[in-house]
Amino acid sequence: MGNPVLNIRNLSTSFRIKENYYAAVDDVTLTVNENEVLAIVGESGCGKSALALSIMGLHQKERTKLDGEVNYKNQNLLRLSDGNLNKIRGNDIGMIFQDPLTALNPLVRIGKQIEESMKYHTKYSGSQRKKRTLELLEKVGIPNVQRVYKQYPHELSGGMRQRVVIAIALACDPKLLIADEPTTALDVTIQAQIMDLMKTLQEDTKAGIILITHDLGVVAEMADRVAVMYAGQIVEVADVDTILKNPLHPYTRSLLNSIPSNISNKSRLHVIDGVVPSIQNLKRTGCRFAPRIGWIDEEQHQENPLLEEVEPNHWVRCSCYHNFYFPEGKTGEKHYVLA
Amino acid sequence: MSLLKVNDLKIHYPIRGGFFRTVVDHVRAVDGVSFELQPGETYGLVGESGCGKTTTGRTIIGLNKATSGEILFNGTDLAQLSRGERRKYTKDIQMIFQDPYSSLNARKRVLDIVAEPIRNFERLSPEEERKRVQFVIERVGLNPEAIYKYPHEFSGGQRQRIGIARALMLNPKLIIADEPVSALDVSVQAQVLNFMQDIQKEFNLTYLFISHDLGIIRHMCDRMGIMYRGQFVEEGTSEEIYNDPQHIYTKRLIAAIPEMETANRKEKTLIRKQIADEYRQTKDQFFDKDGRSFGLKKISDTHSVAMQ
Repeated sequence: MGNPVLNIRNLSTSFRIKENYYAAVDDVTLTVNENEVLAIVGESGCGKSALALSIMGLHQKERTKLDGEVNYKNQNLLRLSDGNLNKIRGNDIGMIFQDPLTALNPLVRIGKQIEESMKYHTKYSGSQRKKRTLELLEKVGIPNVQRVYKQYPHELSGGMRQRVVIAIALACDPKLLIADEPTTALDVTIQAQIMDLMKTLQEDTKAGIILITHDLGVVAEMADRVAVMYAGQIVEVADVDTILKNPLHPYTRSLLNSIPSNISNKSRLHVIDGVVPSIQNLKRTGCRFAPRIGWIDEEQHQENPLLEEVEPNHWVRCSCYHNFYFPEGKTGEKHYVLA
Repeated sequence: MSLLKVNDLKIHYPIRGGFFRTVVDHVRAVDGVSFELQPGETYGLVGESGCGKTTTGRTIIGLNKATSGEILFNGTDLAQLSRGERRKYTKDIQMIFQDPYSSLNARKRVLDIVAEPIRNFERLSPEEERKRVQFVIERVGLNPEAIYKYPHEFSGGQRQRIGIARALMLNPKLIIADEPVSALDVSVQAQVLNFMQDIQKEFNLTYLFISHDLGIIRHMCDRMGIMYRGQFVEEGTSEEIYNDPQHIYTKRLIAAIPEMETANRKEKTLIRKQIADEYRQTKDQFFDKDGRSFGLKKISDTHSVAMQ
């Protein structure tokens, strides 16, 4: 797969609520390689966005505690000063945000917003920057680049704005891109366009991409490897085919069974019992998914479940997957093929 | 007889401008839409944001005014009725809204939220009212004690079920569900969708299901109409639309569904490119020179396409 770009070791992100700190990201260890799309999947509140913001150091300092290491080029990003971090953010590591409207400054012309990061990170002259910006706009598939260069964000459609956000992230040829729900705010046909665009761009730039999403369809179409998160922990890591066709952890299997598939029409969907625990009420010991699969014997769970490599490159947390079954008697997983 | 028949429905909004703010043009939010719902079926209204699907739903229930056209409910044209006359029929048509966070009044208890529709139509003693509310609340799978709580005490899926309970309170015949699950997480989506199927059988409901998510529409609907810029471009059963799409826009929508088979990724990208090319070449067959689609033409008993 190539060399590792980013190495996350035992990262924990805790937020202060009143007097206590609660971990929203709990002991996450992950590696992102060159030329690879690593998807982080989970429901809202599982800590996937908190993880992304921790890598970029974008949390409010006063009420956040970060432990562990985020290693990029032998530097621990968590221990860098803001000044040194700014040399990396927007330069070596680019970020694509979910909502393209709020990610852009409404009062600044598109061209200027793309040039901004080049101004800080490169020695390009004004005309070189403009030339590069026009190239970037062309690269992300925007027609009539000369005009768009001078336009304001409100003059563009949602899909076009997201392309601009991608252009900003790509401005300094990043080695790593963090895309936080890049297509969630977009219409289906636009989503398809943006996914295709990101795939081609990745082939060109060979950057590593961390793709954060809740949409398993987006995962299936873009990811090389997938990390499934539940309640702040990673519960399963494997390549995308394994996750979709041969998932082991009960949470992954439940998630896949709860999306409408296109083969078994009108069949009942699997519903995961209970609710995602809030960060304050989370039981910190034992298998965190156990309360939601109450029909599984308590003995099946481990006391202190850790991620274990059960097959080469397939990591699963907790032993409860061995004898997991669905109460409705669903035996085989559904086979996901679209017409 | 069909339960609901929408005939050439048009909803135009005036654009004012120039001297004296005269009407210079219209926004054709919905421009000549016709479809029929049989009792007990689930009809899907599909399209991207801004295509007029929500406006259509809101007009049927009376939240927007139709510019022209008929909305025949059991044979009565709702579009012609005055507000007072319409009241008789509002009981039979109810709506489930998209966002469970903003569609419930945060300052009312669940009891008051769910009882509100019935307070408009019947005089009940508090005791009777509480019983009715508790019955419905139990039907949607919530604890009967829940009626004394406030909306913020519930999760997204539970709130959406409170919204459904409110819609069920008057024993409606038709429920208009406007993107009922798009604000919810996948696992919660499954819960609400399953539940909607259950109560459909139990209360013999007809659904008009408005959504942009083609996976969910396919899972829920028997028949569907594809909307584009305020007009229908294709109508048919689920199988016809998904296996044999005819209109170029429908093809584009279907191709946009993410590919779950990782081996076919490259192919899917190619298919999308092909369809984009096809779109450029065959545009004139499907859209006139103003970019509006042609009228629907039947190609089989159930399947019709807007083509020249």
